[in-house]
Amino acid sequence: MGGARAILRKDLLIELRTRESVPAMVLFSVTVYVLFHFGLDRDSLDGALASGVLWVTLLLAAVIGVSRLFAAEREQGGIDGLLLAPVDRTSLFVAKAAALFLFLSAVELVAVPAFALLLLGPGLGGALPELLVILVLANVGVAAVGALVAALAAETRARELIVPLLLLPLLVPLLIACAQATEPLMRQDAGPEDLGRWLGLLSLYDVVFVLLSVAVFDFLLED
Amino acid sequence: MYSKGLVPLAAASVVTITTAFALVFFYAPLDADQGFVQKIFYIHVPMAIVALCGFVAGGWFAIRHLRSGERSWDMRSYVAIHLSIILGLAVLVTGAIWAKASWGHWWLWDEPVLVSFLVVFLLYCVYYPLRFSIEDPDRQARYSSVFAITAGAFVPLNFIAVRLAEKYTHPRVLSQTGGSMPGEMRLTFLVALLGVALLFVTLWKLELTAKHASMQLKRLRNRARVAA
Repeated sequence: MGGARAILRKDLLIELRTRESVPAMVLFSVTVYVLFHFGLDRDSLDGALASGVLWVTLLLAAVIGVSRLFAAEREQGGIDGLLLAPVDRTSLFVAKAAALFLFLSAVELVAVPAFALLLLGPGLGGALPELLVILVLANVGVAAVGALVAALAAETRARELIVPLLLLPLLVPLLIACAQATEPLMRQDAGPEDLGRWLGLLSLYDVVFVLLSVAVFDFLLED
Repeated sequence: MYSKGLVPLAAASVVTITTAFALVFFYAPLDADQGFVQKIFYIHVPMAIVALCGFVAGGWFAIRHLRSGERSWDMRSYVAIHLSIILGLAVLVTGAIWAKASWGHWWLWDEPVLVSFLVVFLLYCVYYPLRFSIEDPDRQARYSSVFAITAGAFVPLNFIAVRLAEKYTHPRVLSQTGGSMPGEMRLTFLVALLGVALLFVTLWKLELTAKHASMQLKRLRNRARVAA
């Protein structure tokens, strides 16, 4: 785990100094809100439309984070050093997934209030604890799948193509759970509804993909 | 190596599929609500089941490949997924025809089986760009196997999620395979399922044989060139 902590620290330091992924993801999210405003021709959204716009935007922003996840290693050739270091692949996976989790949380810290400010009709105040639980569970799932997809695509020629094509279908069950769980929280008469069922599905998704990614990550990034 | 039993298998699939078609048109009763159109069920549903089994089999072969490191398992996985994608396209087309004929729409978003199948199909389509954008053969096999395992585990998860998300309950034909299907229909369906499954295995073996033969030819040519 010491190795994982060191890699995570390196990734966070790089992000703090270059400020590449997180600001780009935030900027992208706000731009997509503007696109949705004009595309749907609506000044404020509520219910299913609001939760759908929020989650599609967040997941599309996650695509940027995932495709940049191994960027520093690839461009500067650091991947060889990382693979030669006496660190097992599981630590590498944990570090990359944790970095992605933190990036996503940082993005949501800005993007969700921005959504409430720009597009959401009813206020978010009362439903904040439920929304936080959904966001954390979603970030765990996206981080696990994202780290796996980033590693799968890292060695291919058509990386920029593979990441969104592979990541988005894999995120469909997660999107279903998140959008359905958030929808009642964003209605005029806000309140959780069927929350247990969707949180259960989210947790199942997280468990399956964390275990699966840990199991198969050993076979990626070899040589 | 792969061609063992190919001829009897091919004969068995021809016989079973011919029998299945004969049963569909001359033996199975007409459906009370849907009439003649319902007969597409005997080809649509077996293809869907076989395609999903093919995807799962691809994942299973991929696990064997990662465990043993033998390239032949990756080849088995690749051919299984390849054939399942072709079947999957046929499933989507026949499904759309059936939906248009019986419900009046080419596509229904509240039919969970159809929607799950589309998501699975879209995911597996990425198998080709992923596989063929990796040049190193060992790495290609390994990465394809990781994809096959991940996607194989995704299939049941996706079906659960999409089914939970459905708002309206449509009459589901798949549940007919359980109890409410009359005996003649069930027999016809089972023969058709067996026929499609046999056809899948035959094509799988044929494709593996062809791939193996062309690889051997390449090796022999290389050796001849070195000798010359």
